[in-house]
Amino acid sequence: MSLLGLDPELVAKARRLAARAAAPVIDLARAHTTVSVERATLRLAGITGADTAHRAGDVPWVNRVVDTVREHCGLEHGAALPVFHALAEHNLGSLTELAEATAAGQVRYRLPTGRDRTRAARTARTAIARGIRTLDRNRTQRDRLIAKLGDPPQRPWIYLIVATGDIDEDVVQAGNAARAGADVIAVIRSTGQSLLDYVPEGATHHGFAGTYATQENFRIMRAALDEVSREVGRYVRLTNYASGLCMPEIAVLAGLQRLDMMLNDSMYGILFRDINPVRTFVDQRFSRQVHARAGIIINTGEDNYLTTADAVEAAHTVTVSQLLNEHFAHEAGLADWQLGLGHAFEINPDIPDSFRLELAHALLARELFPDAPLKWMPPTKHMTGNVFRGYLLDGFFNLAGALTGQGILLVGMMTEAVVTPFLSDRDLALENVRYVLGAAGNLREDFRPAPDGLIVKRAHQVLGEAVDLLERIVDRGLLRAIAEGTFGLMRRPEDGGKGADGVVAKADGYCNPAIDLLEAES
Amino acid sequence: MTEAAARYVRPYGDTTGDGMVQMSFTLPVPHGPRADGAALRLAAKMGLDPAMVVHSHPIGGEFTFFVVYGSVTHLVDLAEVEVVEREFPLLSPAEVNAEVKRLLRRKLVVVGACIGTDAHTVGIDAILNIKGFAGEKGLEYYRELRVINLGAQVTVPELVRRARAEKADAVLVSQVVTQRDAHLLNTREMAAAFREAMGERRPLLVAGGPRFDPRMAEELGVDRVFGRGTTPGEVASYLVHALARRGEVC
Repeated sequence: MSLLGLDPELVAKARRLAARAAAPVIDLARAHTTVSVERATLRLAGITGADTAHRAGDVPWVNRVVDTVREHCGLEHGAALPVFHALAEHNLGSLTELAEATAAGQVRYRLPTGRDRTRAARTARTAIARGIRTLDRNRTQRDRLIAKLGDPPQRPWIYLIVATGDIDEDVVQAGNAARAGADVIAVIRSTGQSLLDYVPEGATHHGFAGTYATQENFRIMRAALDEVSREVGRYVRLTNYASGLCMPEIAVLAGLQRLDMMLNDSMYGILFRDINPVRTFVDQRFSRQVHARAGIIINTGEDNYLTTADAVEAAHTVTVSQLLNEHFAHEAGLADWQLGLGHAFEINPDIPDSFRLELAHALLARELFPDAPLKWMPPTKHMTGNVFRGYLLDGFFNLAGALTGQGILLVGMMTEAVVTPFLSDRDLALENVRYVLGAAGNLREDFRPAPDGLIVKRAHQVLGEAVDLLERIVDRGLLRAIAEGTFGLMRRPEDGGKGADGVVAKADGYCNPAIDLLEAES
Repeated sequence: MTEAAARYVRPYGDTTGDGMVQMSFTLPVPHGPRADGAALRLAAKMGLDPAMVVHSHPIGGEFTFFVVYGSVTHLVDLAEVEVVEREFPLLSPAEVNAEVKRLLRRKLVVVGACIGTDAHTVGIDAILNIKGFAGEKGLEYYRELRVINLGAQVTVPELVRRARAEKADAVLVSQVVTQRDAHLLNTREMAAAFREAMGERRPLLVAGGPRFDPRMAEELGVDRVFGRGTTPGEVASYLVHALARRGEVC
C-alpha cells in the first residue's frame, strides 16, 4: 500500500520519458558491436584458456582470436562466421585448437559466403546454444538449491563484501561472513580490472584492494559457498561485477559458474571509469541479455552519484538513473525481480532532519519500483575515521533499510575510509544489522509518514525534479546530458573515454547467434 | 599546572594522569579463559598496567574479539614531537584570487588526476570540484584558477602530456588505494616522469591522500604532500605561496 500517495499519472509520465530518453541509445546499441561482445559470444561457444607463451604475459585465447579476426576481415559481420568457417576449413576439433593455430600464424580469417556461410552460421549456433544451455542448467540448479535449502528468513538480505586480493583467503572470509549471517557475498574486484580489455585467467592471489574476476575464481567461490550453504541451511548468494571494458564476457562467465547477482549499471562505466559511452551501452545491452537468461539479479550503481554529488541536491538524479536502468533492463529481457536498483544513505548527517530525508528518498524508490529488490547502500562519504560515530550512522542506515522495506542491504563498515575491514569490523557490523533488524522487527507496518509531513513532501519534490530532468534529457538527448555532467557531476563526451576503439558499426548481414538466441527467448 | 606537567603527558581517562586508554583487537585463539589471558599478556606488553578485558566474544570457532581498558605506563615528551607546521598563511578565496592576479597577471592553471589504477576520485574531487569539502568550496570555485580535472585512472604519460598542453602551473594527484604502497610507487613514478620530460620547468607537483605522510615530499620527489583532512583552501593557499617563492627564485 502506498504511504507517499504518489500521483500514478506522474509516475507513468516518468516511465514514458525514461523510455523516450533511452530509445536512441538502444538503437545505437543495436547498430554496433564491440570486441568484448564478440569475445563473450565465443566464450559462450566454449573457448577457454590463455596463451601463456605470449610476450605480454597470459593473453586469453579469445583475445588472440578476436584481435586476429578483426585484423584479417574486420568485426562488422561479427566474429562467429569467420571463426567457425576457419574451424571447418582447417578441420580443427575445438576453438582452443583454432586459437593455438591462430597464435602460430597458421589461420587466415575471412568472411565465408554462400554454402560456407550457411554452414559456419549453423555450427556457430550449435556451439553457442550449448553454452546457453549451461546458463539454463545453472539457473535450474540454483532454483533447486533454493527450494532445498531455502532463501534467507528475512528481508532485506544481508550483503557483505570480501576483498583480500587472494581467492583462497576470500573463501575463508566469505565462509565466516555467511556463518555470521551474511546472505549475499560480494567479492570486490581488484582496482583497475575495469580498464583491462581482457579477463585474466585462473585462480589469482595478488589483487589490489580486491580479487580479480576470473572464471576459475568464480568457480572456487561458488563451490565454497555451496558447501557453506548446506552448513547454514540457506542458499548463500554470490556477487561479482559485470562492469568495465569486459562487461559482456564477465556476464557470460558469471552465468557459466552460477553466480547469483552482478553489479551492472547502464552508465557507471561512463561516469566513473571514463569508458566510452557507446562502448558501454553496447556492452551493457548484451550483458543484460545474458543476465536475464541466467536468472541473475543485477545491482545498479546509483549510490555512486551521491558519493560525488550532494545527496540532497542530486537525489532526483538517482531517481532518473533508476528509471533509465529499469527501462534498459526491461528492454534487455530482465524481469522486475532481477532489478536490484541502487541507492544510498549518503546525506550529510550534520544537516537537520537528515534521517527523515533519507527515509523520504528510500521510500520513494520503494514505491516507484514495488517489485524490484532494491539495493540499499551504506554511508561512505561521511564516514570520517571516527569509528564510533560511524557505527551509529550505520545503525541508522540499517534502521532506514528495515523501515522502508529495502531488498538487499549492503552491510556498512565503521572503518569505511580507514582500512580494509578487519575480521572484527565485519563481525561488529553484522551484529549491528542483526540488532536493528531484530529490534525493529516489522516496524514497517507501524510506519505511516504524515500525509503533509516532511517525508511525503520531500518524496514528491524529488519525483517532480526527476520528471523535470527527464524532460530536459529527452530534449537534449541522453548522450548529450551525460556529456554535460548531469549525473554524478561527471562530464563524459560521446566520442571520449576508454575502449572507444573497440566499438564497430554492424554491417548488413552481421551474424551473432548468441544475440539471436538470447532475443528469441525474451 | 606545572611546566613539567605540560611537557610530559599521559592519556586522560577521567582523571589527570590516569593514563587510561581503550583498544580492541582480535586474536586467532578460540574464545575462553586462555584467550582472555592471551589478550591481557598482549596488553601488558603494550604497556597497559593494569589492563582489563572488559569484553570478549568469539568470531567463528577460531578467533576472539576483545575490548581492553587499561592504564598506559608510557609518557610522551611533547618537546620530542615532530610535525610539519603549515609553512604558508591561510588565505580566503578572494585573497588567493588577488594574489594570483598580482603574481601571474593570468589565471593559474591546475591539472588534477588520480593516477595509476586508483579509481577513487573522492580525494581529488573534494579539492577540485566546486562542491568542495568540509564546508569549503573546491578550486573550481576560484575565479583566478583554471582547473582541469582528468578524473580517475590517468596514466602518468597522459598526465604529463596534458600538463604540458595546458601549460599547467601545478599538478595535483590524489591516491587513495595504498595496498602494497601503490600510492608511493605511483607518486615517485609521476615525479620522475615530470623531471625527465620538463626538468626545471616542470609544474609544481602536489600529492595528497589519506595515507600520505606530509614529511615525505622530498623522498617522493614532489613539492608538497597533503594528508588526511586537507581542505581546498589549504591547497589553494599553498599554491599561491609556492608560486610566489618560485617567482623570487627565478
